[in-house]
Amino acid sequence: MTARIGVVTFPGSLDDRDTRRAIRIAGAEPVALWHKDKDLKQVDAVVLCGGFSYGDYLRAGAIARFSPVMEPLIEQAKAGLPVLGICNGFQILTEAHLLPGGMLGNDHLHFICRDQKLRVENAETAWTGDYRQGQEISIPLKNMDGRYVADARTVDALEAEGRVVFRYLDVNPNGSLNDIAGITNEAGNVVGLMPHPEHAVEPLIGTGRTDGLPFFTSILKKLVNA
Amino acid sequence: MARVVVDVMLKPEILDPQGQAVQRALPRLGFEGISDVRQGKRFELEVDGPVDEAALARIHDLAESFLANTVIEDFVVKVEEPAEVAEAAK
Repeated sequence: MTARIGVVTFPGSLDDRDTRRAIRIAGAEPVALWHKDKDLKQVDAVVLCGGFSYGDYLRAGAIARFSPVMEPLIEQAKAGLPVLGICNGFQILTEAHLLPGGMLGNDHLHFICRDQKLRVENAETAWTGDYRQGQEISIPLKNMDGRYVADARTVDALEAEGRVVFRYLDVNPNGSLNDIAGITNEAGNVVGLMPHPEHAVEPLIGTGRTDGLPFFTSILKKLVNA
Repeated sequence: MARVVVDVMLKPEILDPQGQAVQRALPRLGFEGISDVRQGKRFELEVDGPVDEAALARIHDLAESFLANTVIEDFVVKVEEPAEVAEAAK
């Protein structure tokens, strides 16, 4: 038995195919979901992938957050469905208030595309179990609106509760508070990050490493062993 | 038809690099004496029917849930007087 992991395609999504491919390489079954779907086709987990849903109009993720598919997703995420938001997916999760804080334009006002070093700060979420706490990884980062902001109380709570899941190493590429690259909700089932693990699952492409693959093997193990 | 304007601004404590870039360009263009610029968004809503309390309450909800993300932004709802609208249309 394997796990079925949905990948939502919004108008303007870019990384849905790569994400489905990464899921397949990890050994799970990818399920394509459409932004107009009113149900989640009984998937065991969902990935909101990168791209520019609705052209990033209004704010990144602000319009996608009100898509029909988001209604069951928000409801089920609150009940424990594992959800991973990558880049635009992270922005959608903050707009949907499934994750605290918000995303704004990079402080240097440029689009950025580079291999980014990260430290895994929390290896206990649904999506990070195959990493070691403190492990350093390198995966691609590519975005315009990657600056994580939240009020001081929220940031303090995230730090105190171990809910900062990934932190930027060497350079802070966008002005994110506390070098935050990814966070989780209280239950640990919803995770969002700006860098792209789905682009680093095969030695041939991306960073030349497979540092992103454990995201997908983590969730598979968690679902199959559940 | 009445017009309601919603102004959305980043919260004061949040860095606005776009506003800063505009501010830094000012001296080069010969505009002195502007110490800070912050950039926001303005939405002009053409409302069918009267802009009464109920309509304004609905627009407030719309601004709070959609036009602004109140985690990072503040907003102000203003009714534009018909005279102003007529003047602006000239």
